[in-house]
This record gives sequence, C-alpha cells and structure tokens, in this order.
Amino acid sequence: MNDLLDPLLLSRWQFGLTTIYHFLFVPLTIGMAFTVAVFQTAWVRTGRLHYLQLTRFFGKIFLINFAMGVVTGIVQEFQFGMNWSDYSRFVGDVFGAPLALEGLLAFFLEATFIGIWIFGWDKVPKGLHLASIWGATLGSILSAYFIIAANAFMQNPVGYAINEEKGRAELTSIWEVLTNKVALAAFPHTIFACFMVSAAVIVAVAAWHLSRNQNLETMRPALRFGLWTMVAAGALTVLTGDQLGLAMVETQPMKMAAAEALYKTSTGADASFSIFTLGTPDGVHELFSIRVPYLLSFLSTHTFDGTVEGINDLQAQYTQLYGPGDYTPIIWVTYWSFRWMMGLGMVAIMISLVGLWVTRKGRLPENRWVWRAAVWSYPLPLLAMIVGWVFTEMGRQPWLVFGLLQTSDGVSPGVTGLTVLISLVAFTAIYGSLAVVEFRLIVKAAQKGPGEAPVPDPESGEIRHEATVY
Amino acid sequence: MDLATLWFLILAFFFVGYFVLDGFDFGVGMSLPFLGRDDTDRRVLINTIGPVWDLNETWVIVAGAFMFAAFPEWYATLFSGFYLLLLLILLALIARGVSFEYRHQRPEAAWKRRFDLMITVGSAVPAFVWGVVFANVVRGVPLDPGFNYTGTLLDLLNPYALLGGLTTLLLFFTHGVVFVSLKTEGDMRDRARRLAVRAGVVTIVVAASFLTITTLMHGTPASAVLSAGAAVALIGSFVANLRGREGRAFALMAVTIALAVASLFAALFPGVMPASNDPANSLTIANASSSEYTLTIMSWVALVFVPLILGYQGFTYWIFRKRISRASIPAHS
Repeated sequence: MNDLLDPLLLSRWQFGLTTIYHFLFVPLTIGMAFTVAVFQTAWVRTGRLHYLQLTRFFGKIFLINFAMGVVTGIVQEFQFGMNWSDYSRFVGDVFGAPLALEGLLAFFLEATFIGIWIFGWDKVPKGLHLASIWGATLGSILSAYFIIAANAFMQNPVGYAINEEKGRAELTSIWEVLTNKVALAAFPHTIFACFMVSAAVIVAVAAWHLSRNQNLETMRPALRFGLWTMVAAGALTVLTGDQLGLAMVETQPMKMAAAEALYKTSTGADASFSIFTLGTPDGVHELFSIRVPYLLSFLSTHTFDGTVEGINDLQAQYTQLYGPGDYTPIIWVTYWSFRWMMGLGMVAIMISLVGLWVTRKGRLPENRWVWRAAVWSYPLPLLAMIVGWVFTEMGRQPWLVFGLLQTSDGVSPGVTGLTVLISLVAFTAIYGSLAVVEFRLIVKAAQKGPGEAPVPDPESGEIRHEATVY
Repeated sequence: MDLATLWFLILAFFFVGYFVLDGFDFGVGMSLPFLGRDDTDRRVLINTIGPVWDLNETWVIVAGAFMFAAFPEWYATLFSGFYLLLLLILLALIARGVSFEYRHQRPEAAWKRRFDLMITVGSAVPAFVWGVVFANVVRGVPLDPGFNYTGTLLDLLNPYALLGGLTTLLLFFTHGVVFVSLKTEGDMRDRARRLAVRAGVVTIVVAASFLTITTLMHGTPASAVLSAGAAVALIGSFVANLRGREGRAFALMAVTIALAVASLFAALFPGVMPASNDPANSLTIANASSSEYTLTIMSWVALVFVPLILGYQGFTYWIFRKRISRASIPAHS
C-alpha cells in the first residue's frame, strides 16, 4: 500500500505514460505537416489535381492527429511544476529558457498558421495559403529542436554553473545549451524518425486503397512517395543515430554499457554486440547469444580496437565521484529497448525496400500478403521511436540531470501520493478514451479516401475551394 | 527598473493577453446552451472562434514557460501547490480542444451533443478555476520555509477565491457573448446582444464586489486605480452594448479584463506569492527570479519576437474579420 502511494513512483509513472502518450501524436504531426506541405507545393507548382487531392486527404488525417498533440502537450509543460517542483527549482534558470523559446518562436507560429491553413482555403491567396502550411511545419520542427535541447541538458548538462547559495544550476551560456552535442545529434535523429512515422502511415493508407484497386491515380503516387520517404528518412535516421551513439558514449558511457549489458570493460573483438540474448532478466547470466565481434567497439568509438567501459568499472568510478549509491539503470529495460528500437526501424526500412521493388515501373503486385504487410507495418517506426525514448530516459537513471540531480531529489515534496494517484487515474481515463476515438476517426478518414478530383471553373480554369467550416 | 521587475511586467502582459483572448473563447463555449438553438446555431458559434482558439490558448503555454524561465521558484510553488486545481484546468482544456476538431467528424446528433457538452463544460471549468487560482495567489497561502504549499485543496476553496472564480467566469461569459454579437449576423446577433445585457448586470455586481474586496484587503494605490478603471470600462461596455455598438462593447470588455488582471498583479507587487502564515516565507520578485544572465537573454528574445508574433496574430484576426451567419454554414458534414 505504501508503494502504491509513493509520490515518486507515481510521478514517474505519470510522466512516463503522459509523455509516451503525447509522443504518439507528435511524430505524425511533424512528419505529416511536412508531407502535406510537399504535396501542396507540388500542386501549386505543377497544377496537377491529384496533388491537391492528396493535400486535402492527408491534411484531414493530419488535423485529426494534430488536435491530440496540442491538448496533450499542455500537460507536459504543467507537469514539471506540478510533479517535479524541486527539479524545476534546481534547473529552471537553465531549462526554462529553451521552453520559453519553444513557446514564443515555435508554438505561436504553429498555432497561428495552422488556423490560417485550415480556414483560409477560400480566404487568402494561393501563395500565402501555401506559406501557412510551411509556417506550421517550421513551427513544429522548431519546437522539436528546443525541447530536445532542453532534454539534452538533462542528458549532458552544459552551459551552466552551480550557484551554491541558491542551490541551483544557473545558465552561463545559452549558446552552449542550444548547441549541446547531444542535442545536435538527437534533433536530426528524431526528425528523420518522425518522417519515417508519417511515411509508414502514408504507405499503409495507400496500400489499403490500392489492394482494393481504388483511387489508383492518387494512391499510386502516394505509395511511391511514402516508400521513398521511408527509405531516405530511414537511412538518415541510421546515420544520425550513429552520431548520437558516439555522443552518448562520450557523455553517458553508463548508458551505452547498459544498452549492451556489458559488465566488464572490453576492447576490440571482446567488445562484441549481441543481436539476441537468452539469459536472466537482469542480464547478469547469459545462456545463449548471437554476437557480432568488434561491433560494439565500432558503434562506440568508430574503431575496431576501441575500448568500451563496462558497468562494473563505471559503477566504481561513479561511487568515487558522487558517493555511495547505485548508478546503474535497469539493465533489461535498456538492453531490450535499444534492440527493439533498431530492430523495428530496420524492419520498416526493409519492408519499404521490398515495396519499392515490387511496385517498380508502375507494377501493382497481386499477392494479398504483400499488401497486408504494407498496411500492418504502419506502427513499426512509431513503436521504434517510443522504445528509443524509453531507452534514452531510462538509460539516464538514476539521474534526472546527469551527474547533478537524481530523480528521487526532483519530485515535488509537498504533493502527496494520493494527489498524484488521482491525476494518474484521471489522465489514464481521458487519454484512454480519446485514443479510441482518435484512432477510429483516422481509420475512417483514411478509408473514405480522397474522393473525386475537384473540377476547375470552365471559364477561369481556377479551382473553387470550399470554405472549411467546423 | 531591474530585469526581474521587467519580467514581472512581461509575465503580467502575457497573462493579460491570455485572459483577454482565451477569455472570449471560453465565453463562446459557455454560451452554446444559451445561444445555440439548433445544430446550425451551435456551428455558427463554434466557427466564430474556429481559426483562433488554438493560438489564443497558446498564450497560457507561453505564459507558463515564461514563468518557469523567469521565476522558477514561483512556477514550482504555484504549480505544485495548486496541483488539483491545475489538473482540473488541464482535463477541461483537453476535452474542449479535441471537441472543436472532432464534433464535425460524424453526422450523428448524439455524437455532436456529446462534444457540445465537452466544449461547454471544458470552457466553464477553466474560466472558473483560473479565477480561483489567481484570487488565492493574491490572498496568500500557507508556505513552508522551502516555499512549498502546506495547505490542502479545501483551503484553496475559500469564499474569497470562489468569488474570484465566479468573477472570471462571468467576465469571460459576457466577453464571449459580446464577441458573438460582433461576429455574427441576424437573429443570433440580436439574441447575443440581449443575453449580453442580462449577463452584464450580474457581471457588474459580482465583479464590482470582488474588486472592491480585493482593493480593501490586499490593495495598493496602483491596484485600486486599475480596479476602478476596470469597473468604468465594464460599465462602458454595458452601455455600448445597450446602444448596439458591438465593436466598442467588445473592446471595452477586453479593457475590463486586462485592467482587472493587471490590478491583481499590481496588488501582488513586489511579491509574487505571499505566504499567509509567515511573511518570511513569501516569494517575491527578488527571491523567485532567475539569474541576471538568463533574464538578459530572455529580454532580448522577447524584444525581437513579441512584436513579430503580435503582428502575425493581428493579421490572422484581420483575415477572419468577417461576420458569420447561418448561410455560411454548409448543410452537409
């Protein structure tokens, strides 16, 4: 019973659940805003009507999803103060600035221009309307940059000094915070992964229609666009992930050791990477594993004879540095989340490569299983992203701000377990029911298809856009 | 003037902006059962705020982030101390926000009615609870030496704070109804004007009592002047509405809310979160603010970008300046 009402445990669960939930919508918002902007640009530049149909069709799916991202995002900002007030006191001077920049530069841009885009079809000139979707896209990408810079401070604190008298971290260089090497690697890694998420949705939707032999003129180009986006974004996600891995080894070696469950410091061939392991859940005893020698050394240092520090040595080092305590993350969580992230992403890329091959030169495969695979692969990149963030955040434990503040020291001292339990139950209930509603609406909109091509006015040749009305 | 005081003013400006802008959104949402006689009516009402509610709501996100960055201690104390009140606001904003986008996705009457209810309740709850929150901040709450709130939820539901909640609820309701009269045509416009008169009488009585009590118990000369200004503007708005001057009535409602919120910040100054149990535990501009460097950076950012965002938001309001009528609502979907 005491455990059930432990404010620390409940606050961690709440932050984890609400953040993952928020992040179900964010990647699709970012990727889909960009996709819609690309389709609309293609329409404005070429005048070909199927691009306009695709703009409006995926625009509708984008907006259903966008609403959820907006409303669940406010919770994120309030929670730092509500559940993590001691954290907020400690880092507010540093961490607040990127959040303020995010609100002022990114959120206003996104919210204002999305309004113009939704309701402006018949009210503003074509060029301005196109600019509004790009403005919203820019806003969504900027917001990702600032929040990742804020998160990077928790992974690798830079640009600060500790004020002993006030007991807090204070900003000394906003430039260092915004160019944190973890942020510079994590930002493109996240954005390209967002493009993978939207590409998977586009592929699934297009495949669903094509397998029924309907909407060919719009869905065939959509399918090819989605497949190419997935392959390109996938390759870039892998490359930037490699950079992020290097930054991680440098700044948080414990996280890399925990990702491989590497207990002993190893060099060269011994620094192998296990693709699959059977063993006890804590990762201490190994029964069977498939290992690639040198690979961990290469991932960590980009050399084949590099040395990768092990958990035991790091634990001893940190005990000396920070005092007695357990500085090891939960190994089975980091070990498996790291593998699932890479595995799910790779499968998604491979499916798209196959898809490009079987649909080359205008072909449409007959085999139903090909289409089924395309449709049901839609959640793969999203799941990969979520376990990726679970890895990033759980791999930082027990720290809230690496080396400076432990998670247990950040929780609000005045908030009782019962209070947090109430909010956790309330969020779970409302989020759960909204998830069902939103998922059904997206499926319905996706299955309805883009409809007939709009007919240009016979005299002027212009398209008459219907006003969007709620 | 030092930078921390400047940031107190900037924060006040952003909360003023939030309550003036999202205030009429809340009012429109609350007016659905009063002004919306059928589905088309309700769609007219929702479409008056369709293109702008999201950016209006963004003001509170920015205000919250500014408080975090400029006054971390204030942010930490307020948000953890008023946990359950803020939870109510969050749940309401979630329900209301998705409803605007989801109610038109299906044609069934039951589906739409469910989201209409969520819009109405989701607008009324924050309109009320924000008043409770700010009244308690002005009144002072028990804080320990680490600035953590030591009271309970019930302590926050004191009569003065509830009157504060009722005041914001009524101000926003009237503000929204006046906005409807400014943004619609025909029968809806007339009915909104008549409702604004009736609501205006109640609002004047309640708001005058709240501002008078605030001035007597917590007032400073500056807050008294601002409160008096708010009262004059409120009566001016009422008169303008009676004379059918909708634009002026709306502008004066905006001035009323701006001055009323400003008077609360003036009553706080130079404190930000007074402790009711021991003045030594009070948070002030001086002990709650961020470092000089952080505030300097933030000041430059605000100087460059605030005019820009005000510019493009003004532009949006200009694009969507036309009145909406039943005729502009297509029958389908």
